[in-house]
Amino acid sequence: MSVQEVLPLGGLSTEQSGQFRADHLLVAGMVKAGSKVLDVGCGDGDLLQILETRGIDGRGIELSREGVNRCVAKGLAVVQGDADTDLINYPDDAFDYVILSQTLQATRQPKVVLENLLRIGRRAIVSFPNFGFWKMRLQLLIGGHMPRTENLPASWYDTANIHFCTIKDFVELCDAIGVKMERAEALDLYGRPLRLRMPWWVWNLFGEQGVFLLTRGQGK
Amino acid sequence: MVGVKSIPSPAISADERSHEVDHPSSLVAHFGADQPLRLDCGIDLSPFQIAYQTYGELNADRSNAILICHALTGDQHVANVHPVTGKPGWWETLVGAGRPLDPSQYFVICANVIGGCMGSTGPASINPATGKVWGLDFPVITIPDMVRAQAMLIDRLGIDTLFAVVGGSMGGMQVLQWTAAYPQRVFSALAIACSTRHSAQNIAFHELGRQAVMADPDWHNGGYADHGLHPHRGLAVARMAAHITYLSDAALHRKFGRRMQDRELPTFSFDADFQVESYLRYQGSSFVERFDANSYLYLTRAMDYFDIAGDHGGVLAKAFAGIQTRFCVVSFTSDWLFPTSESRALVHALNASSARVSFAEIETDRGHDAFLLDVPEFLDISRAFLQSAGKARGLTGKNG
Repeated sequence: MSVQEVLPLGGLSTEQSGQFRADHLLVAGMVKAGSKVLDVGCGDGDLLQILETRGIDGRGIELSREGVNRCVAKGLAVVQGDADTDLINYPDDAFDYVILSQTLQATRQPKVVLENLLRIGRRAIVSFPNFGFWKMRLQLLIGGHMPRTENLPASWYDTANIHFCTIKDFVELCDAIGVKMERAEALDLYGRPLRLRMPWWVWNLFGEQGVFLLTRGQGK
Repeated sequence: MVGVKSIPSPAISADERSHEVDHPSSLVAHFGADQPLRLDCGIDLSPFQIAYQTYGELNADRSNAILICHALTGDQHVANVHPVTGKPGWWETLVGAGRPLDPSQYFVICANVIGGCMGSTGPASINPATGKVWGLDFPVITIPDMVRAQAMLIDRLGIDTLFAVVGGSMGGMQVLQWTAAYPQRVFSALAIACSTRHSAQNIAFHELGRQAVMADPDWHNGGYADHGLHPHRGLAVARMAAHITYLSDAALHRKFGRRMQDRELPTFSFDADFQVESYLRYQGSSFVERFDANSYLYLTRAMDYFDIAGDHGGVLAKAFAGIQTRFCVVSFTSDWLFPTSESRALVHALNASSARVSFAEIETDRGHDAFLLDVPEFLDISRAFLQSAGKARGLTGKNG
């Protein structure tokens, strides 16, 4: 079953949906229409384009100059910046959602970044590759070397990803800093959500990536 | 004897140049005693005139007007042959058929700044009180003064909101001043190779240029017009120094290296042995044909005084609080006059104001002048930004 069947997106035809990454469509589906969104680490702006199609006011930050310029050349409101250093420039409550898609593991201070996401935005959507995924575990256990997958092909010595975590680790971090999980999804190798409500350890083993919709906890 | 060739006298006479000052070959808006221009220095300038050019047509709901703000030595002749030099318009890479600012789609306006010398009132104009050239009696003007005058012109043209204000360098300063002073009147802003304040280094370069002009004995304390003179040597030196700051080490090296000019061996003189010397002398001497020395003093001064944060309690973000204008900020990697760090500071302030902003740094070795050149990535970004803003503004296709 395809993601768009699971999550019908207003404003996007099935044909259009086919051009986009499954996890982007899933994330876009978590954003309410008419809201204001900041996409941190927006790459070539694919997710922002989906959001724009849906009438959402999207902004982006991207580290690479090439990525930024491609976004700006698409007419997107994207600036060159670094999640670790530039989020402090944004005021509290500036956005309804702040999205961090496949970028958390590349930040120097994931905890500080996560706190900033939920200061700037009333909600945050965070997706990351799950290092507890069975294929990763197997490579380390049997192969005896650092895991590499289709989605994370870089070797340990040239990867930008310096802070890998598992779904379980991330859930514990959210608990530790008082962040509430409104919705959680684990995606399989093809970016499809694991359909069944299953205990965390199953997700931690079979989810290739985790996608979380977060809000500020009580008293925050 | 050591051979020395000084900078040649200009081929265009002072008369030809001064004709453009009072009777420009462009449109002119006159503002009488009932509409003085209130200057930051406290003086009301009246009467005054603004020389401007337009390209394309204003659409029925007056929503497709783009104001271009020119740089220090630019003028209103953006996309037509220059009446003095006979050269093509200075921004034909950006403005024209099939270009990002296509006159078939937008109503493009560019006005000579107040203090300039191509038809808007400035130090080279006639002071109506004395019947003589203003010279140094002309009040010192600022970037906000230039923008205030432009706003009066836009009023005169019956335009409430500009679809876009576009400019580079000093033009970019005016773009930012427009958004700070008239946020409701600017739908989108394209600020290129500029800054919200003039840096100490840039003030220092300007002071060098001004001192070169003032050191020329023909300057006569700014009263050269009364003597039928023009301090072309001083102004040419000022231009030569400034021109170096518009380029980059890499660009100069690529263009000239250490190559000799029409000779194999050094002449053991102070003649222009090197191509780069010859090039600079040409830049200096061609500049004085079209530009007034006092005007150069006034306009560099206006840039020096520019500091948006200073006008808002030292907090830049306050200048843009709650702004709805869509911004696009562009810088160039090799621009050391307005380096990327200046644009980044602006972008941070705009982010803090929750403004909608795009920011691209373009990789090029062509220095500050890159914004005037055919740099495809810059032109693509300008086009896409305006198209996206046009969609949001409801401009569709030909004449909106």
